[in-house]
Amino acid sequence: RQPRPICSMWRKSVPSQPLRRWRPCRFSSTNSQTVDHIDKLRALVSSVVTEPDQLQQYNADWLGHYTGKSPLVLRPGTTQEVSDALRYCDANGLKVVPQGGNTGLTGSGTPLSDEVILSLSRMNKIKSFDPYSAVLVCEAGCVLEQLDNYLEGEGFMMPLDLGAKGSCQIGGNISTSAGGLRFLRYGSMHQNVLGVTAVLANGTTIDALNTLKKDNTGYDLKQLFIGSEGTLGVVTEAAIQVPVRPKSINVAMLGVPNFEAVQKVLLAAKREVGEILSAFEFMDHHSMANVMDVFNFKLPLTEEYPFYVVMETNGSNVGHDEEKLHTFLGNAMESELVLNGTVASSGTEAKSLWQYRENIGPSLLPKGHVFKYDFSLELPIMYDLVEETRKMVTHIPDVFVVGFGHIGDGNLHLNVVAPKDDRRDQVQKIIEPFVYEWVGKQRGSISAEHGIGMQKRPYLHHSKTSDCISLMATMKAALDPNNTLNPTKILPDSW
Amino acid sequence: PRPFFLGNRQPSRKPPCSHFPDMLHRTLQTKLRALVGVKRVIDYTVKIRVGANGVVTDGVRHSANPFDENAIEAAVQMKEKKIVNEIVAVTIGGPKSVEVLRGSALALGCDKAIHVKLDSDDTQLEPLLVAKALQKIAGEVEADMILLGKQAIDDDCCQTPQLLAGLMDAPQATWVSSMEIADDKKSVTITRELDDGLQKLQVPLPAVFSTDYRLNEPRFPTLPNIMKAKKKPLQEKTLADLGITDTTPRIKVKAVSEPPKRAAGVTVKSVDELVDKLKNEAKCI
Repeated sequence: RQPRPICSMWRKSVPSQPLRRWRPCRFSSTNSQTVDHIDKLRALVSSVVTEPDQLQQYNADWLGHYTGKSPLVLRPGTTQEVSDALRYCDANGLKVVPQGGNTGLTGSGTPLSDEVILSLSRMNKIKSFDPYSAVLVCEAGCVLEQLDNYLEGEGFMMPLDLGAKGSCQIGGNISTSAGGLRFLRYGSMHQNVLGVTAVLANGTTIDALNTLKKDNTGYDLKQLFIGSEGTLGVVTEAAIQVPVRPKSINVAMLGVPNFEAVQKVLLAAKREVGEILSAFEFMDHHSMANVMDVFNFKLPLTEEYPFYVVMETNGSNVGHDEEKLHTFLGNAMESELVLNGTVASSGTEAKSLWQYRENIGPSLLPKGHVFKYDFSLELPIMYDLVEETRKMVTHIPDVFVVGFGHIGDGNLHLNVVAPKDDRRDQVQKIIEPFVYEWVGKQRGSISAEHGIGMQKRPYLHHSKTSDCISLMATMKAALDPNNTLNPTKILPDSW
Repeated sequence: PRPFFLGNRQPSRKPPCSHFPDMLHRTLQTKLRALVGVKRVIDYTVKIRVGANGVVTDGVRHSANPFDENAIEAAVQMKEKKIVNEIVAVTIGGPKSVEVLRGSALALGCDKAIHVKLDSDDTQLEPLLVAKALQKIAGEVEADMILLGKQAIDDDCCQTPQLLAGLMDAPQATWVSSMEIADDKKSVTITRELDDGLQKLQVPLPAVFSTDYRLNEPRFPTLPNIMKAKKKPLQEKTLADLGITDTTPRIKVKAVSEPPKRAAGVTVKSVDELVDKLKNEAKCI
């Protein structure tokens, strides 16, 4: 085939709103055309799911906010099968939702209606690991904890750590550019993913599975697929650079009098233990009280405090790190930035201290419907949002607001819990779009790490200008002109 | 030597000196002194690896034996209830063992610590030697109750408390999952966990107790206590100071190996295949 001359590409005009309108494809099991599609796909993919009782777990997200009606889940075992399936779906107008561990918090991994679900769960092989360049090559369906356990045997660890590590898959982590507890020290997926193998909507396999740290050969294609939530392509394999597992891990929990002190402790920590600091989280006493209540944990410090900080250090020398940490904590207590605290003296204690922070999310679920917000804000004003939201819902009984998060990264998790009745709608009307507008006004990010998915599509304009969204739509049209992949995610209907 | 109560302050009780040939005559005080044993072991959460010289300990995280933490917590709780007046912690180990004294025992609420220092961190003393050393320490410190973890998670011997009680000719209560001091502080009602159920015993003091996991939930050491622990008295001794000169091991370790790796599971396609495998491969039918 003759290569197309460059000038002809520019002759095509690039419209400002190029997306085709999305319509449900009426992909129902009673339709004979549907049955035909299902049979053809069964021939292309080695494992499919069509039984209604088994479809349930794929159709509903972890929070229970979004439930789709997909009649078909494809479970390919190789990149070739993914390519064949996508080519078929793209040519026949079927919409596809790529899915990993289905632990997303914005509905990016579940269908809105009857889109076909493409689950990467069966592609869970670790392909190779080179300890000298510290690069792990694996398939997209590998569970994060599985990879971390494998690397533990080699003396390394995954650069990210989330509460969902037992279920989330690395392909999903890459597609949503997951953050987590170690972001502060080890960086984002954009930094740690060296290469991917991705399949475009029309079935073209993009082999960008580079395993080298430095590669300046044209456009950095892998970045298209990192964080784009499966709208530009499906990641099937990845090469990730991994850090050495630290010999010395110290976890401390501190009781702090107010939010200003939390910021000062963070600054002091960066100054005095900055080179070993690997995590710095905060939580307010509302979150702590809830976690202790639901999970029956005992009070970690001798009293309750307005704010708690959970921090971790990773280093290569036990004695040096303990000395640095104890000096820092001694100074912090003397200047009364820290009122009380505890340092884990064993691995079990370290895990227990992290439980207080990691279980905040799960502890809210039994209390009702949880509105989860994830904002990047400047530190001095961060907790003001929590307090204002609390003031706005304080008159409704059994509704409470908690604030916690990765304050070391400037990331607040604001959660509002309302009982599952009329009060839920009442609360939703009050807080949305209030919280998004508040964050937009402060030039914060309406989604620091959770992504846009379905939940935040209408609010994208608070963090991205109209021209930026148009550019995103242009890229989407270029890579997926038929709007096959995740048609209801990220990009709003109009902007 | 402690003075006897004079006059008619209390009905005099014959000291049970027949149980303690090493201790001098003394009456039981209204407040008790507890001796807690702590051992520095490889941390419970670490994946154990076997190298050329046995288990790899270099650069591996160590911490206090989890059951010893239950013992410390039990003693500290009794001190908070004013049943126990003073808690002395003791460890027998190499130079790094001082970490479990400062970081765990003293930081959680023990008053004093004794470090019986061995030359190397890797020496594994046999339970009988440990018991002999603890017997000497208990005599010097005049402990009313000795709390030890039921077993160490590195050797799983579960022998030291029993040997110690035998050497001291003292009552022993092992695998204790609950403890209640009598009002007169002369005996303790304990519950022990056995394989076939729970046993309730009343044990006269002084006695040796070995603590189990369900006795209590060890607290987190608070920062102020961690800072204070640095200033609490810590005494160093050697085995020779305690009169123990012969430390030749009586048990020889011939080999250390990892357990055999579990073979991957196999999916069978039919019942016949399952029966065949159970018969010929697993050999269990």
